[in-house]
Amino acid sequence: MNMLHFWRAMWGIIGRELWRFVRQKERFVSALVRPLVWLFIFAAGFRSTLGLAIIPPYETYILYEVYITPGLMAMIQLFNGMQSSLSMVYDREMGSMRILMVCPLPRWFLLLSKLIAGVSVSILQVYVFLLIAWFYGIEAPWQGYLYVLPALILAGAMLGALGLLLSSFIKQLENFAGVMNFVIFPMFFMSTALYPLWRMKESSTWLHYLASFNPFSQAVELIRFAFYGQFNQYAFTYTLSAFIIFMIIAVLGYNPSKGMMMKKGGR
Amino acid sequence: MSDFDKQQTVALEIDDLSFSYAGKKALDKVGFSVKPAECTILLGPNGAGKSTLFSLITRLYDSHEGQINLCGFDVKQQTRQALSSLGVVFQQTTLDLDLTVMQNLRYHTALHGLGKKDANMRIQEELERLNMYDRRKEKVRLLNGGHKRRVEIARALLHQPALLLLDEPTIGLDVPSRQSIVEHVHRLVKEHGLSVLWATHLIDEIYPDDQLIVLHKGQIKYKGSVDGLLKTTETTTINQGFKQLTQEEGI
Repeated sequence: MNMLHFWRAMWGIIGRELWRFVRQKERFVSALVRPLVWLFIFAAGFRSTLGLAIIPPYETYILYEVYITPGLMAMIQLFNGMQSSLSMVYDREMGSMRILMVCPLPRWFLLLSKLIAGVSVSILQVYVFLLIAWFYGIEAPWQGYLYVLPALILAGAMLGALGLLLSSFIKQLENFAGVMNFVIFPMFFMSTALYPLWRMKESSTWLHYLASFNPFSQAVELIRFAFYGQFNQYAFTYTLSAFIIFMIIAVLGYNPSKGMMMKKGGR
Repeated sequence: MSDFDKQQTVALEIDDLSFSYAGKKALDKVGFSVKPAECTILLGPNGAGKSTLFSLITRLYDSHEGQINLCGFDVKQQTRQALSSLGVVFQQTTLDLDLTVMQNLRYHTALHGLGKKDANMRIQEELERLNMYDRRKEKVRLLNGGHKRRVEIARALLHQPALLLLDEPTIGLDVPSRQSIVEHVHRLVKEHGLSVLWATHLIDEIYPDDQLIVLHKGQIKYKGSVDGLLKTTETTTINQGFKQLTQEEGI
């Protein structure tokens, strides 16, 4: 057992995930179409109905398309995190997850490698999205494209860990559709991705509270600030803490003594 | 081929192993061992507990009662050492269908920490042994069932394990494919000193000098040689002996 083994295994897992992603063109296209539909159709239509005050990190009045872009970046990562956990449930049912689990490495490391692989794929998607958005006229200062990278890594890791956590608790693939409805939609709509917090407060106080506690909101804000070259300490701490908590629960979920099989009543 | 220390007296040792699902016993005080260079056939009807046993050996989950040792390492305490001496072929195909044979095998060597040069050498060696090296660049999806199985057996041996676990690997295959897999595995035992634990319910896969374990309703009904089974049950064929052991309770 040495560091080289860990290194090779991690690259093996990441390489496989990236290769699969590149080969599955439909997945790549659908991952891009989703945020682009929001950007080109929803945001364009909403532009006239939603007025935005000047709020940090923005220094001028902005178009609604500009406001929702960071939210859509996070949405790509949210879907990606859930999709990779979907593939883990699938892998588990199909058995290929077992190949991973019987290799002589600690489980937390294997899960972390899976997570990094998923995050790498999501970052690739986000940058392609940003390129198209740039042609559409949505630009950030050039440094923003660099600063946003660490924010995307952390946000992607947090959402990926949430996906892992869910996959460890879902016994069958069929249950996953429910999770999509109960996790993705509430998380996305109850967040700052589509509307700023102060606008939500005007219409509903409890919605405002829920949105401010939603880790997805904090991931969106982390990305939003980083995209404009600023560091949002609160969003960073919140996202990091959520990542650590989700990851710990996910690792416990995959623990052979405490995890999924034990919940079936195994002893 | 095996880097297994020949001084070891057992490749797999299971003691007093029990496991229940929701209060129902799937394994009840199971104990047996597999010696080096020995092919042990785990024979049992569907639902006998074979898959549960394999899940415990591969540590997909843990049992609270009993112990499993792989090449002298406790599966629960020294998981990594134990798992590194184990090669597994699962019942379901676990290959990535959209990747080539080579990519699938490279993924496995990466998980086991083999460098590129070693990996390529090992892959060539194992695939050539199974006459599959020429097909290494083909997508797995295009292979037939028998060839997929061969790739999985090659994969399980890439990291040179001491013990090979096979969970009903010939299910759904035609007769020639089955025969060639059965022969190949027995050759590995004889010529390379590999230890094998082979779960099946197909009697014709058993060779006369194999060791037998008959598992029924989570309990071991017989362990020992083929001859011993015939003597104990006073029958003339394995099939009769097996039936007698598994039908005495009116099943």
